[in-house]
Amino acid sequence: MYVISRRIGFYILTAIAAVTVTFFIPRVMPGNPVSAVLAKMQGTVVTKQTLAALEAEFGSNTGQGLLGQYLRYWNDILHGNLGISTSNGMVPVTDVIRGALPWTLGLVGTATVVSFILGTLLGILVAWRRGSWLDTLLPATTFFQAAPYFFLAFLAIDLFAIKLGWFPAERAYGQLDFPAFDWTYISDVLDHAILPALTIVVASAAGWIVGMRNVMITTMDEDYVLIAQAKGLPKGRVVWYAARNAILPSISGFSLAIGFVVSGALLTEIVFSYPGLGFLMLSAVQEADYALLQGIFLVIVMAVLVANLAADFVYVFLDPRTRQEA
Amino acid sequence: MAIGSSTDLDSAQTADLLELYPNGPASRRRVRLPRSPKVLIGLGGLIGFLVLAVIGPWIAPYSPAQVFSTTVSFPQPPSAAHLLGTTQQQQDVFSQLLAGGRSTILVAFVAGLIATVLSVVIGVAAGYAGGLADDLLSMLANLFLILPALPLLIVIFGFLPPSQGSDDVLIGLIIAITGWAFGARVLRAQTLSLRTRDYVDSARIIGERGWRIIGFEILPNLIPILASSFLFTVLYGVGTYTALAFLGLVNPNHVSWGGMLFYAQVAGAQQSGYWWLYIPPGMAVALLGTCLALLNFGIDEFINPRLRAAGLSRRRARRAGLTGAARPPRRFVLGVTPVVRSVPPTGDHRGPVGENLSAGRSRGGRQR
Repeated sequence: MYVISRRIGFYILTAIAAVTVTFFIPRVMPGNPVSAVLAKMQGTVVTKQTLAALEAEFGSNTGQGLLGQYLRYWNDILHGNLGISTSNGMVPVTDVIRGALPWTLGLVGTATVVSFILGTLLGILVAWRRGSWLDTLLPATTFFQAAPYFFLAFLAIDLFAIKLGWFPAERAYGQLDFPAFDWTYISDVLDHAILPALTIVVASAAGWIVGMRNVMITTMDEDYVLIAQAKGLPKGRVVWYAARNAILPSISGFSLAIGFVVSGALLTEIVFSYPGLGFLMLSAVQEADYALLQGIFLVIVMAVLVANLAADFVYVFLDPRTRQEA
Repeated sequence: MAIGSSTDLDSAQTADLLELYPNGPASRRRVRLPRSPKVLIGLGGLIGFLVLAVIGPWIAPYSPAQVFSTTVSFPQPPSAAHLLGTTQQQQDVFSQLLAGGRSTILVAFVAGLIATVLSVVIGVAAGYAGGLADDLLSMLANLFLILPALPLLIVIFGFLPPSQGSDDVLIGLIIAITGWAFGARVLRAQTLSLRTRDYVDSARIIGERGWRIIGFEILPNLIPILASSFLFTVLYGVGTYTALAFLGLVNPNHVSWGGMLFYAQVAGAQQSGYWWLYIPPGMAVALLGTCLALLNFGIDEFINPRLRAAGLSRRRARRAGLTGAARPPRRFVLGVTPVVRSVPPTGDHRGPVGENLSAGRSRGGRQR
């Protein structure tokens, strides 16, 4: 487990860096952060409460030095205090995030897993049948990959929700205010999730397809694949041997890809008015609610780190070499 | 957005690059891109977009900000006067489309350029220096890779004073800060393996200075990877800038394709069927990205020749066989297992290229 503990150390370091970055960003910007935020909040009524929350957030008028502020910031975060959300009736940021997080985890998590599995399988197929019509799949997926997620979301809504009327166009559930947790509610939620999830899958699968195909093609030239064929093993078994080895770079490239997928998924949420973190982030930007913005950023970083840790465990499970090093 | 090329350059393929340059710098004269349709389409399209970026604002029929009516409050569909209709503010969409490319492409290329310089400096330094410096720089690169870039950029731009939200170079610089790490990691891996090559060793023994070894022995051999990582970063810049503008984080009155999508969202284009508001800018971004990605595939195929044969159909392979003499056949033999692939020449019209491909095909064919 040497590899895993090293990775965990790195993730802790990343988390520290993320917190440090959020601490310093408002403070390195030109001017006083409180007055900068107030300038951005033009048009909204600034109450004494808001001002107090902002001053607490940015540590002005507390007479503390930068180091003191930094330590206090850490103290707050370790106690689960991410500040006060000025745009949501002065409730703690953690409460606001808690309401949105399950939606994002459910939607983005499921879509990412589906996209990874689907893309990897397609990549194997394209590589195995190289030179066949399947190669024409690549330019098409390139297009979907290059198109912004939110543009695909626009298209999906216009086509499938408005023109064809197959799926609801926005929100995560119907107009039920306090729904019972029964099948009606669950099917309603699923109905609302299909279109955004589909958008994320279509946009992100291309990356896995191309990545898997490229490694798979290289792997198929290895001697052991040749031997497996020469022995007359069934085709499925040969593909399995090659794919098992070719999938390793896909998994180790996971950390690279997950950032893109999450970013794109957040934008997809915005187009669908899906009540997750992305949608919340947009409203935080528009209302100049910086405590909320920073809180969401930190939560996203944590989620990405956890996803990476999961990928590491899978990697160690799949690749015996990493276990031997310990 | 583009994660495709991420695994393309992983360590497994690094070996292939070395096979391409077995003699070091001496063989670099043969560097040229394969003339596959992918590369031609990608390059042609990219040049088209670059031309558009320069002349777009001049050939636009109207000023992108010009308001044509103050009484109409709905976006008007395409008509003779307005080829792509009007926005909710009654501005000409076609003019905005032509003019919006400049800012999008400028930001993306500035980001790509700065990020590439950063990745060369950090990646090559890490790979060449080794030891503690390598550990620290690699850790920095991995850290930037793992931090989700867009949320970070949203936080940064959220705090940026509005007056600076429309400075293209500044936006490009900020995007570059989040986009250099991928290139640095790939360049480091490659530098690491080039460093122990014989010709680098001999240069060191002769007493060449470090900067000269890096500049004249190592950097020229990094050019394909450098080009690939530059295109990748430009692609990243296009997507990121569009996303930031879509969120309204850069001054939306500064016309760009992302800004147009911002206004499309504000006008509820996807709900109301105002397709002319979002399809033109969305397609422009997608096509620009596709061109960059296709070109990148071309470079990947150049770096890893095994990927190249995959694009050839049976018919085209035969045609390539007929004209095989024009291509250096060596490249197709690279990295292939000689046992199966080196079919002795049969004396017919096929060149060595055709032989190798048909041998590869027949192996695949036996599977079916």
